[in-house]
Amino acid sequence: MLKYVLRRFCSAVFSLFIIVTVMFCLLRMMPLEGYLGPNVDKMSPEVIAAKLAAKGLDKPVHVQLAKFYKDLLFHGDLGRSWIFLENVPVVDIIEPKIGVSLKMGGISMLVALTIGMPMGIAMARSKGKWADKLGTAFIIFIQAAPSAVYFLFIQMYFTGLFKLPMLYDSEKPVTWILPIVCLSLPSIASYGMWMRRYMVDQMNQDYVKLAKAKGVPERKIMTSHIFRNAVVPMVQTIPGSLLLTIMGSLYVESIFSVPGMGGLLINVIQRQDNTMVQALVLIFASMGIIGLFLGDLMMVIVDPRISLNRGEASR
Amino acid sequence: MALFKKGSQLERMGQNVMDQMHSQLAEEERDDLTPEEIEALTPDRFVPHAFDAKDAEAVGYSNYSYWRCTFQAFWKNKMARILLIALIALLIFTVVQPYLPGQKDPNEIFNTYDKYGKATPMKNKAPSEEYWFGTDNVGHDLWARIWAGTRTSLLLAFIVASVNCVVGITVGILWGYVRKLDALLTEVYNIMDNIPRTIILILMSYILRAGMLTMIISMCIVGWLGMARFIRNQVVMIRDRDYNLASRCLGTPSGKIMIRNLLPYLVSVIMLQTALAIPMVLSDEVFLTYCGLGMPKNKPSLGGLVEEGRKVMMSPSQRYQLIIPAVVVTFITVSFYLIGNAFADASDPRNHV
Repeated sequence: MLKYVLRRFCSAVFSLFIIVTVMFCLLRMMPLEGYLGPNVDKMSPEVIAAKLAAKGLDKPVHVQLAKFYKDLLFHGDLGRSWIFLENVPVVDIIEPKIGVSLKMGGISMLVALTIGMPMGIAMARSKGKWADKLGTAFIIFIQAAPSAVYFLFIQMYFTGLFKLPMLYDSEKPVTWILPIVCLSLPSIASYGMWMRRYMVDQMNQDYVKLAKAKGVPERKIMTSHIFRNAVVPMVQTIPGSLLLTIMGSLYVESIFSVPGMGGLLINVIQRQDNTMVQALVLIFASMGIIGLFLGDLMMVIVDPRISLNRGEASR
Repeated sequence: MALFKKGSQLERMGQNVMDQMHSQLAEEERDDLTPEEIEALTPDRFVPHAFDAKDAEAVGYSNYSYWRCTFQAFWKNKMARILLIALIALLIFTVVQPYLPGQKDPNEIFNTYDKYGKATPMKNKAPSEEYWFGTDNVGHDLWARIWAGTRTSLLLAFIVASVNCVVGITVGILWGYVRKLDALLTEVYNIMDNIPRTIILILMSYILRAGMLTMIISMCIVGWLGMARFIRNQVVMIRDRDYNLASRCLGTPSGKIMIRNLLPYLVSVIMLQTALAIPMVLSDEVFLTYCGLGMPKNKPSLGGLVEEGRKVMMSPSQRYQLIIPAVVVTFITVSFYLIGNAFADASDPRNHV
């Protein structure tokens, strides 16, 4: 167990290192106006050089990279914002926003799990009947239509229909409803779909037929045989999705002006604040990696059959 | 390797639909005889066939053709058939639309002139006989812009889908078949798959200058991953089957095995992935445009039109500017999604009878 955890951990750190390094180098390859704004044509070479030097950009890339890692690892410092809030440390900007994203994401994940999982189970139980078809149509629509489009329609019509306020206000919980609906819809569809799929897979297994032949009641087969097996692959995705809520949804937060992490990324991209982009991408990528790592660990804990040795992972 | 168990939602979805089709097919083909009919089958209705030495020597021959059966199976699916016809009609129309008489230039601003000859742009005019879909908030004809936008977006989608297809198949087959490459490519895949795809998209579009080429590059960077993984998993499953082993023993070169023995097995996966890449590209385009990383203003695209519509959506009289492009983009994505799934089912030989 320990060996497996260590190996997975090392590979996660390695991935993270590569991602950060590549991203850092890419951000240094941007055209000049990416650093200095659109007025770069009017600046004299001396001004440009001075501005670059002030941001520590005049040194070669590998020196900058070494400094970035030194600050990050020894001081937990992600640099200072350039434009968004000039010269404020990135960490200070991000801290309050993580809470907001986590709150909205956490609630919507709960909503999605409590609706999506039973929906999948119900669909699997009535496979081929109208309830299943209706659910499938819903899932297909949610998955195929661009979310960026139907979120707008939710925002446009629900505000009028239910007299709900359009923009987020941390003081009034009623304003949270629409962002949460938008955040949970895609997850409901995906939880429902996976749950149905895994349940149907399990229903066709021999052990279920055996249980039926032995005369085990239908309800008992569903709960203690099929559900337990079907939920294992679902478990793997949960830590990842929970961690990813920290980064919020780029789009939803932005259209409802929720002051969270996702909206922040779009904001700093539009204003071309490189240190902020760099710090946020670092955080998001590490969330993705840590989430996957935890998901694998959860799988091992939940399902005793999963082997930790590489040779047997042939499924 | 745990990553590969993750599966993609789209693949699952595909199988989901496949399940349904299986059950439908089974229902349609249940042509058993009723007990009364069986009763009626008296021996005198059967004539013994005379022995013919020539017939007895004949070798079994079937006129089974993979592609014909695929199309037949596809054609049986009524919804897919209707959507396909509608989609093809739409495609043809977007191509010929600029050459039809009486069409306007999507980038021309239309003005009304008062009695002094002073021009005012016709902004936000609701749909009328002259401007079928109305005008946008600058004074462009929305009808012309919608079709120009559909052209741009579909062109983008087709380019990205075909690049993904080519790169994904090549990498996937090599990844699955050449054992030496397995560890390396798995590591590359893990690293790239670890980053949320929107982050890669945004980062690429941010570093390069926004525009069509940038979008193509950034979507291709993230797009081939899924295809390559599916192909790789399939190849790993079938590469050591007996017929491949036999081919190898008989000295067939690896390249030929890959193309002649493995590739035909993968048609259904490839078709599904390619068809699903198109809705994905359109969604990404809408999203990237919202982030301000889309096409330039003078090149209308569906994403750009949705974004333009979003800006005015809060005044009910101008909502048509959002609804029309939204309906077009949703129709295209949902159709491709369903057709892709239907075709993937049809191209699975187990569904051919």
